Amino acid sequence: MSTVACPECAAEVTLADGTEAGEIIVCPDCGVDLEVTSIDPAAVQLAPMEQEDWGE
Amino acid sequence: MQRRLKIGVLYSRVRVEEKWIFGAMEKRGIDYDRLDDRAISFDLEKPEPWKQYDAVLERSISYNSGLYALRLLNAFGVPTVNTAAVAEVCGDKLMTSAVLARDGVPQPHNVTAFSPEAALEAIETFGYPVVLKPVVGSWGRLLAKINDRDAAEAVLEHKSTLGSVQHSVFYIQEFIEKPGRDIRIIMIGDKVLTGMYRSSEHWITNTARGGSGELCPITPEIEDICLRASKAVGGGLLGVDLVEHPEKGLVVNEINHTMEFHTMQPVSGIDIAGEIVDYVVGIARMKDEL
Repeated sequence: MSTVACPECAAEVTLADGTEAGEIIVCPDCGVDLEVTSIDPAAVQLAPMEQEDWGE
Repeated sequence: MQRRLKIGVLYSRVRVEEKWIFGAMEKRGIDYDRLDDRAISFDLEKPEPWKQYDAVLERSISYNSGLYALRLLNAFGVPTVNTAAVAEVCGDKLMTSAVLARDGVPQPHNVTAFSPEAALEAIETFGYPVVLKPVVGSWGRLLAKINDRDAAEAVLEHKSTLGSVQHSVFYIQEFIEKPGRDIRIIMIGDKVLTGMYRSSEHWITNTARGGSGELCPITPEIEDICLRASKAVGGGLLGVDLVEHPEKGLVVNEINHTMEFHTMQPVSGIDIAGEIVDYVVGIARMKDEL
């Protein structure tokens, strides 16, 4: 389990075991969507905004 | 001895579905690559890196990226789940409606117009309430229930002024007084895998919009309409959305070609990700046998 700083609010965000690169997590403090860009070392960035053609 | 297959999984985000799919690949010892649609490029003079795949499973969140990737892969002769032709039909509500109408599969009453004036006239003829839907889009976004002429004029003006070119296709659908729920069915090839009721207090029942799920028994009627719907759009791995129409009975509301199943898998107790992987492997083997 590793931690990173939220790029939006600087809160400490914990990556749960089994988290994968490309996964979206939510900052527990400010609620922003974060994309996990790397596991080792742990890194996140603000997730891309939803686009008009997104969906299933 | 059978040759070892190579599978590609095209994705945008690792949602829970992708985690389950990757897990199912690994559990089966399948040689697969994760293909992030933001990181790839296609050189039409160098198709070799793509031709190594015996099949590619498309799980892009972006309809455009997914569709163009499928078109290129199919042009290179790489089998895909689903095919570009199926994605083209399912990703566009009007194209879906057209093939359902062609094959006589029951669907809600729809009218299409290409200008706000023609759309208003069509809505007035239709009677209120009606639903205006973007032809491309998902997760219940930008649907508008229109209760009267004032609302129709306002929404049509907003769409034609603020919307992208896609929003100048006005897809008008009857508002169905459904029993607070719709039905999501998962189809894999010619098999109706499982189904779920999606309930909500809101008229939009997508689970992406907070709707909740409950197992739906597969009746012969459900099986029949889903098989016909799947055949109409070209078959494959599909999420068929059905609505219980008070007069017409079951109607096909839309068909999804990269469906999510984060609610369905736990509700049904079926390993949907595993079934998907087995289906993709089957498609890959068919290529091998050609």
